[in-house]
Amino acid sequence: MNFSLDFSPLAPYWPVFLHGAWLTLKMTTLAVIVGVTIGIFVAFAKNSPNRWLARSCSAYIEVVRNTPFLVQIFLLYFGLASLGIRMPTFAAAVLAMIINIAAYAAEIIRAGIDSVPRGQIEAAQCLGLSVWRIRWHVMLQPAIERVYPALTSQFLLMMQASAMASQISAEELTAIANTVQSDTFRSLETYIVVAALYLVLAILVKLVAYAIGETIFKRRRTLRRAAAQGRRSPVSRLPATDPAGMAPLAHVPYVHPASRPVAVNTAASLRIEGSAS
Amino acid sequence: MMGGFSWTYFFFMVQSIGWTLVLSALAFVLGGAGGFLVMLARISPRAWLRRPAMLFIECVQGIPLLILLFIVYFGLSVYGLVLPALVAAGLAMMIYTSAYLGDIWRGCVEAMPRPQWEASECLSLTRWQTLRLVIIPQATRLSLPPTIGFLVQLIKMTSLASVIGFVELTRAGQIINNSIFQPFLVFLLVGTFYFLLCYPLSRWSASMERKLNVSHR
Repeated sequence: MNFSLDFSPLAPYWPVFLHGAWLTLKMTTLAVIVGVTIGIFVAFAKNSPNRWLARSCSAYIEVVRNTPFLVQIFLLYFGLASLGIRMPTFAAAVLAMIINIAAYAAEIIRAGIDSVPRGQIEAAQCLGLSVWRIRWHVMLQPAIERVYPALTSQFLLMMQASAMASQISAEELTAIANTVQSDTFRSLETYIVVAALYLVLAILVKLVAYAIGETIFKRRRTLRRAAAQGRRSPVSRLPATDPAGMAPLAHVPYVHPASRPVAVNTAASLRIEGSAS
Repeated sequence: MMGGFSWTYFFFMVQSIGWTLVLSALAFVLGGAGGFLVMLARISPRAWLRRPAMLFIECVQGIPLLILLFIVYFGLSVYGLVLPALVAAGLAMMIYTSAYLGDIWRGCVEAMPRPQWEASECLSLTRWQTLRLVIIPQATRLSLPPTIGFLVQLIKMTSLASVIGFVELTRAGQIINNSIFQPFLVFLLVGTFYFLLCYPLSRWSASMERKLNVSHR
């Protein structure tokens, strides 16, 4: 059977696609922010001395991590509706995502908190820091920085899982694809376009996560400032006030004159060759 | 209302667990073979093998499985191949699994210390012999916990095959729900079955990980 890909019928639908992508991004962002906040509390509660609290937290984490997201959505949307609690599809989808990501984030953050050396916490206790200050400065901040890559990839997985929200017809990217393909009958092309859009979204989320990671962690900021100061040191023999001179230095490490003459030599030899001919 | 749910439905559900397991096994075995090839390509010294493998992993990891499933399902049907849902779902999940397992195993192989490679070279083992006799036996031990962890993901992901009409556990739940309309009970039961499948595997993976860490310290 002859079949060729034809993307032209999809051209009028691009604002619809973009709207779907935007909604996917919005759902993911909302779920990530709320979910991580809850996840942090769950992570601390799981290590709490109160046994029932710790037990129920680990039960929550295990139940969410060992059941499919699709079933969670169905249970939340259809199940609660049959019990009389009705909510719009968008709210149900976001709520399911929050519940899901909170459990994963709690597990990841707990691993980070466990990796904080015991001595550091004891040192902070000796300095008389309050419990919450220890949790915030000594435990949580280094823990999050350490597990940040794992968290980021979990966010990406969450964004992909949001495609399942189309099954309760929340109007995100995949649901839009289903609508468009039933309008145009170009199913394969539609899903290829949507796959490309998801890829672009994934790259976007990765970049944003990287940028956030570079700015929010105090230790990384301090390290960067120290590195910049090192480059600005008098050894470089360049006026620190000259912005034109500073710009390339932000990326190129300082090279000692002794190891420079290679460039000078080639320039000189070129000049000699030029004059000879 | 509660009388609507009978043992017939329950047994239908238990039967459909079999199909969930069949699909998981199919995806895992085929995807494992594919993942092995992806891993080999990904660690190859030749750029023309390494680059496409990297691109493949990046692309598949950036696309939701649901979309992959639709592409395979509709893609095959427009070219005139009308396949049973099991084959389409198995194919999509194989692609998905091979990308993830390829990446996981690459990490494990690259975690092997460099001197292992150098020592094998001194013994004049070829690259393939080094991989087969030295690196892979050690990497297998390291790769077992994340592989089992991924298997749990895979079992959960088979619930997506319900979307293209393959009757596995989730689809069975939907069918039962459509006839008796007790979604809370039905999906709670479906979730419980998934939990019973996945939780032992999760525990096994976690305990292996703990053992590995202890032996490494």
